[in-house]
Amino acid sequence: MLTLARISAWITSRFLHETGKMGIFLASVLLHLFVPPLQLNQLIRRIDFIGARSLLLIIFTGAFTGMVVAFQGYTALRRFGGEAFLGPGVGLSLIRELGPVLSALMITGRAGSALTAELGIMRISEQIDALEVMALNPIKYLVGPILLAAIITFPLLNAVFVVVGIYGGYLVGVQLLGVSAGSYFTQMSSAVTLDDIWGGLYKSLSFGVIVAWVCCFKGFYAARGAEGVSHATTQAVVMSSVLILVWDYFLTSIL
Amino acid sequence: MIRVVNLHKAFGSQRVLAGVNLAIPTGSIYTIIGQSGVGKSCLLKLLIGLLRPDVGEVWVDDTEVSHLRGRALNQVRARFGMLFQGGALFDSLSVYDNVAFPLREKTRLRETVIREKVHERLIQVGLAGVEGKFPAELSGGMRKRVAMARALVSEPEFLLFDEPTTGLDPIRVNSIHKLIHDLHSMLHFTAVIVSHEIPEIFSLATQVAMLHEGSIVAVGTPAAIQSSTNPLVQQFIQGRSDGPIEAN
Repeated sequence: MLTLARISAWITSRFLHETGKMGIFLASVLLHLFVPPLQLNQLIRRIDFIGARSLLLIIFTGAFTGMVVAFQGYTALRRFGGEAFLGPGVGLSLIRELGPVLSALMITGRAGSALTAELGIMRISEQIDALEVMALNPIKYLVGPILLAAIITFPLLNAVFVVVGIYGGYLVGVQLLGVSAGSYFTQMSSAVTLDDIWGGLYKSLSFGVIVAWVCCFKGFYAARGAEGVSHATTQAVVMSSVLILVWDYFLTSIL
Repeated sequence: MIRVVNLHKAFGSQRVLAGVNLAIPTGSIYTIIGQSGVGKSCLLKLLIGLLRPDVGEVWVDDTEVSHLRGRALNQVRARFGMLFQGGALFDSLSVYDNVAFPLREKTRLRETVIREKVHERLIQVGLAGVEGKFPAELSGGMRKRVAMARALVSEPEFLLFDEPTTGLDPIRVNSIHKLIHDLHSMLHFTAVIVSHEIPEIFSLATQVAMLHEGSIVAVGTPAAIQSSTNPLVQQFIQGRSDGPIEAN
């Protein structure tokens, strides 16, 4: 019983220590965002890496998600004679839920893991120490631009995902299953409100912060050589993905 | 001058430094020798504020470094350069961009001036013509030379070398030592070198200190260290496995 209590106390203290360290890390990154100079070159490089290079993946997954949603939605709606509502079904599910969540998960897998590995390798090969010796703050120089790039690119990629998804749904629903093109878009535009669109964008923005925060933190404090970097990368992807889903639930309940 | 006073450092339950005292004169080539894992690299990182001591002080001229943070610490660091064990070159940047990096980030010099300084440093380390290559395309010795050029480009007063010749063949070891000697004569920085290269390092150093079990057990000129009667020193410089130092 005493051992169990000790283990529980150890886990709690480890959890609190890690959470506190992550909180301080995020606060430090946010604080340095407002300290000039803006690392413009780094920012452009990160926007290119997180945003532009994820575009093809987002278009691909967005198209197939929209197509699948249209198929499933059509099957369900036809049972109640509500095929005309396929447009709103596809639009709302993509805008409010699937677009922000799936695009964030895709970017985590493609860019988040790579960022953790990059920072981890920089840590173990003393490149981060070298920055400090040069009197440059590595959090400001390396992590700040990543966070800012994620805040900019996640909502944009989400928007691309949603638009492509809606056209994917159109292909299946209208071109393949015979739903009227007019009702698909008309019903969608009357059902979807500006609040839905803003809600989706807020979600993707906050997912951007989560992914940049977790992935950078894990990479920044990676240790113990190649195995440590590999461990940090796995942890970053798993933790980001779980946090995206948990945070999505909380946001969905208030938005 | 760098002064280290009663420096203690532990990582968890592992005690690394236990009361180190050093006085590194300005303009010297001060070498710290000792077994692997005795805390030599840790000591270098404490000098420049990359690690903080548990107890003790590090003085750089009249400034106590170990309690500094932020801008005040950066002002001290701006006087230092450091050559890391693996070079710590930025993988994503070319040789030219690596060497130009400190000038671009910390000064407002025009690119033409930066280009001149970078070329000058690369010529000094014998690497003219490799500006466009990336670190992964260089040999270990070339990477160390590029790292040296980068450390020197901002003209530091103090240059810290963390095992600058580890992993190099004897010819390259001597060429790096000669390079340090020549650059030191030319630029008059204070060099602090952590090294295992016995006896080669004795021809380069002006002062040698031996670190053992967390404290300095011998300090002196290379000649004094080589003729020391301390059994720890003699066992280490002769590389004998039998003696008071356990070869584990």
